[in-house]
Amino acid sequence: MIRDFVYLKATTIKEALDLLEQYKDDYKIICGGQSLLILMRQGLVVPKNLIDIKSVKELSYINFKPKEGLKIGATTTHREIEKSSLIKKHYPVLADMEENLASVQTRNWGTIGGNLAHGDPAGDPGPIFIALNASVKMANRERERTIPLEEFFADYFETTLEEGELLIEVQLPTIPPRTATVYEKFNIIKNDQGIVSVAASITMDDDHVSCKDARIVLGAAAATPVRAKKAEQLLRGHKLDNGLLEKIGKMAFEEADPVTDIHATEEYRRHLVKALTKRMVRKAWEQAKTIA
Amino acid sequence: MEKQLLRLTVNNEYHELYIKPKKLLVEVLRDELGLTGTKRGCNTGACCACTVLLNGVTAKSCSVLAVQADGAEVTTVEGLADGGKLSPLQRSFLDHGAYQCGFCTSGMLMSATALLNENKNPKKEQIKEAIHGNICRCTGYNSIIRAIKAVVEGRYKEEK
Repeated sequence: MIRDFVYLKATTIKEALDLLEQYKDDYKIICGGQSLLILMRQGLVVPKNLIDIKSVKELSYINFKPKEGLKIGATTTHREIEKSSLIKKHYPVLADMEENLASVQTRNWGTIGGNLAHGDPAGDPGPIFIALNASVKMANRERERTIPLEEFFADYFETTLEEGELLIEVQLPTIPPRTATVYEKFNIIKNDQGIVSVAASITMDDDHVSCKDARIVLGAAAATPVRAKKAEQLLRGHKLDNGLLEKIGKMAFEEADPVTDIHATEEYRRHLVKALTKRMVRKAWEQAKTIA
Repeated sequence: MEKQLLRLTVNNEYHELYIKPKKLLVEVLRDELGLTGTKRGCNTGACCACTVLLNGVTAKSCSVLAVQADGAEVTTVEGLADGGKLSPLQRSFLDHGAYQCGFCTSGMLMSATALLNENKNPKKEQIKEAIHGNICRCTGYNSIIRAIKAVVEGRYKEEK
């Protein structure tokens, strides 16, 4: 049973920021509510004031400029990202991820800002966005700030959003040349959250033989989406072969810090991290090689 | 807690009612408006039995606060039939036995209706994707897919 709360609706960014300031002692922001309402129904989140930003249309946009990259407003729905021709063309890995995120019903109503602010380490967008070097812009009544998405996630279901602060947009830089980004989650039922997920982005050197840069991001393998930085380092400057791939998988296995829960044990998750990391690194490598 | 005004157009009928903000859309539809065709299944957002069209696209009415739908247009399964004449999908579901216990049927119909509104000629994979979230515990998925396909193939026209 959901407990009573005071419902406050904002229709502009300014109204939202004013409400956040006014009720900063005890509020929760709702947008699509696809994650939040589950927690409220279970009594895990009991807000005194619920500030609704679903109708803040200024925050619903997908903009792309070849030099600056992609900007997605916080109240943009998953379905809008999935269907966007700009995203299909310039960031196809994102459109694929959205197609496999929950049900159509959830994607119609759930928003990208809500997904990130929910801070679930098993969420799909986090690992891909981090692999694509995303930043997030936040604002309160006084100022704006932009930080790498990696620094946005603090702990299980916790972010570094401050009191009175609103998530404004996700920013993705243009994808560098000779770069491929791939993502896969392991689940039992299609479109469920991953028991573990891995995103990998590989940039080849000018010579198309060795790796210039790599980003490997693990989902549901720690308290937040995390980069397997030591595994990435093994790849930089090198040429991929089976021996190196095995070492990268083992390193990611070590770097993961998963829990045991109803879905899988810690050990099982570590093995998934290893298997998926190897699979994703190989796939990204094969794709990146063919990009002129 | 103070009740709030909710303006809702359901199946082309305009309603104004006062509700507590914590009320879910499915509760307003079933308990306030008596439209019990929309089923409350898992109540956790997992089964999609409560699927309705909200401003033309599918939503789980158990996962939307009714106040968030203020001013919206809602279509429930009761809104599919036109003056007592069943929609092509409804007739096809009947002919294909696309239900056993019937609990998932209204949600299935709403998902299929939204699909055909958006795409007149979906492939089988797209039909499966559209009803992916709708769980049928009698596992009658094949007959449901056949029923939707029959409409796509033009075997069921709108009744005049």
